[in-house]
Amino acid sequence: MTGSQFWMIWPDNAALSILSLALLAMGFLYAARRPVHRLVGSIGFLISGPLRIGARWLQTAANEMHQRNKAVLLAHGRQEVEQRIEREFDRLGAMVTRDLQGYPALQRKLLDEITRVEEDYKKCGEVPPPPPEWVEAVTAMANVKSSGNEMVQRVLDEINRSVNSIHDKALADYRRSYETRHKILEGFMPFWRSLDKTMAQVDKKLTGLQNSTAAVDAQMAKYEQISAKTDKAEHALTVSAFTQFAIAFLVMAVAAGGAFINFKLIALPMSEMVGAGDYITSSLRTSEVAALVIIFVEASMGLFLMEALRITHLFPRIASLNEQMRRRMMWIALVLLVTLAGIEAALALMRDMLIADKQALLQSLATAQQVAATDGWVAKIPTAGQMLLGFILPFALAFVAIPLESLIYSSRTVGGVLLTSLVRALALVLRVLGNVVRHMSRVLVNLYDVVIVLPLLVERLVKTAPRARAPGKSRSRSGVIDADELREESR
Amino acid sequence: MIKRLFLASLLVVGVAATGCSDSRSHAHAVYMLVDTSGTYAQEAGKAQVIINYLLGTLQAGDSLAVAKVTSRSFSEKDIVAKATFDSRPSQANAQKRAFRDQVDGYLKTVQGTRYTDITGGLIQGAGFLNETGAGTKTIVIFSDMQEELDKVTIRDFPISLKNIRIIAVNVIKLKTDNIDPRRYLGRLDAWQKRVEGAGASEWRVINDLERLDAIFSKS
Repeated sequence: MTGSQFWMIWPDNAALSILSLALLAMGFLYAARRPVHRLVGSIGFLISGPLRIGARWLQTAANEMHQRNKAVLLAHGRQEVEQRIEREFDRLGAMVTRDLQGYPALQRKLLDEITRVEEDYKKCGEVPPPPPEWVEAVTAMANVKSSGNEMVQRVLDEINRSVNSIHDKALADYRRSYETRHKILEGFMPFWRSLDKTMAQVDKKLTGLQNSTAAVDAQMAKYEQISAKTDKAEHALTVSAFTQFAIAFLVMAVAAGGAFINFKLIALPMSEMVGAGDYITSSLRTSEVAALVIIFVEASMGLFLMEALRITHLFPRIASLNEQMRRRMMWIALVLLVTLAGIEAALALMRDMLIADKQALLQSLATAQQVAATDGWVAKIPTAGQMLLGFILPFALAFVAIPLESLIYSSRTVGGVLLTSLVRALALVLRVLGNVVRHMSRVLVNLYDVVIVLPLLVERLVKTAPRARAPGKSRSRSGVIDADELREESR
Repeated sequence: MIKRLFLASLLVVGVAATGCSDSRSHAHAVYMLVDTSGTYAQEAGKAQVIINYLLGTLQAGDSLAVAKVTSRSFSEKDIVAKATFDSRPSQANAQKRAFRDQVDGYLKTVQGTRYTDITGGLIQGAGFLNETGAGTKTIVIFSDMQEELDKVTIRDFPISLKNIRIIAVNVIKLKTDNIDPRRYLGRLDAWQKRVEGAGASEWRVINDLERLDAIFSKS
């Protein structure tokens, strides 16, 4: 018997040996059926149980996180809307103070102008005095027929002359009176214009007031929604946070590009100050770290400046400083920032000089004669550009504080939402795994029964025979039923 | 929270600045042996090209020495010029200019020697390089690698070139090499075995002066 044939019961007949062994194994497996079923069920339960508990715990944790995130989001949103409403009220107050404070004076001016216009109008209504009473007597005398009496004729001529003279005078008075009225009417025009202008001003101010109140109304509606903790408000705030995060991230990426340029500008000349041979790590020079520190200090100064100007609110301590201290801090930050910008400009100049020096050295070391660079004003443009860039970039970096604040505040919401989603996804995975394990144990139980199908059939035949003889007797426990019971147990 | 973050970042920066500095030297030290024996003295112009390349490539904080290979080269007197460049780039550039002038002065007045003691130069160079404490140490041998010693000079003993890179540059073929190239190849093989046996970290031959960048690139 060779080594590979040790298991053969009949060494000459492999098939018979296999069959015999299979039958033998089947017998053993049938005997161990119930314990194996229980074992598989227990193992399935052992694995799926903790998985399902874990899934439930994660789901609960995700719900708690969601509630906490919602509370924080709504609180932050409420605070923000409160600030906006406060600002709107401030603006409204300032507008009312500015516009309506001058309203009595404006009203007095309007009344004065109206009174004056009325007076002028009345003046325009006056007519010239009527002709004197003796006009009728003169008319009667004029009707006297001239009978050729010279005396009468002379009197009449005299009367005619007097009347003509009086007529001319009255006509002149009348014309003068009209002229005066025309002048008064002409004087109306500026007052009308002034009235029109004043009224337009009043209209504009009232419209502005109306717009501001509409903005306050909108903010109040938002505030009410947040206070009511509606899903709509939560959704709106979440979307707003994501948008803010994306925008802030984009701006920060642009700022990082600016910082990189800044770093390139000052890294080389910094080696002149701290040495080029010192290393922090195998590939990071001390001069590079020093340049980075300078950039970070500039960004910090910008941050403090923005805080002192109350544009950002990252540090409550700075926000709660009194006005005098805040102003001092603002000036200190500004002075330091200007100083650092000046240093950067100087470093940029030094960088240019170092590069030029290195270039000159390399040219002198080269064997072939190279064409000398032009030393005109064109060659100075890059130097001036570098210096300008070195001076401007710190101030540009100062404004990073604004997107940084947005990024920090919105990342709380974004991070919370992402973490909740992650925990929920994990819970789902654990739940699915638990179910898979549970169902796998059932599949294994069934597979086991498939392997020992022959003994099971025999068992069924043996058990169904007495039942056929005694139909009123209860059903025997067949293999299938056992498996079902086990499934129930495993649940 | 923000305050805590700020304090933590300050701590990290502080630790990075003080405790985590890399104490290993990143400086590069090069010792160049210039063979001036016999007809090889005519190659001095090429040596100048290599020295200029080294001056242009080495950074602030690096070290460079140029020594001549004479009949007995194990002597400080054979060092033509040496300098450890200042850590400030502007000062380093000034030092490089002075170094170039010094070497130019020597190469103009170079005189051929009767014998060629490369081994002595290697021992002297190894001593110089180890004293610099540089992280990367390289000996550049500008020679035909044909060592010729007088009868009293003893160089047949083990030498130590541990962690030193040996670069043979411009190893020209001699008349006898042209007759039998195996002599040339055998000479190079012998030197390789010798320097590697002495603990050298690398052995390289560069005959094309257009490929001098291989002096600093590690294989």
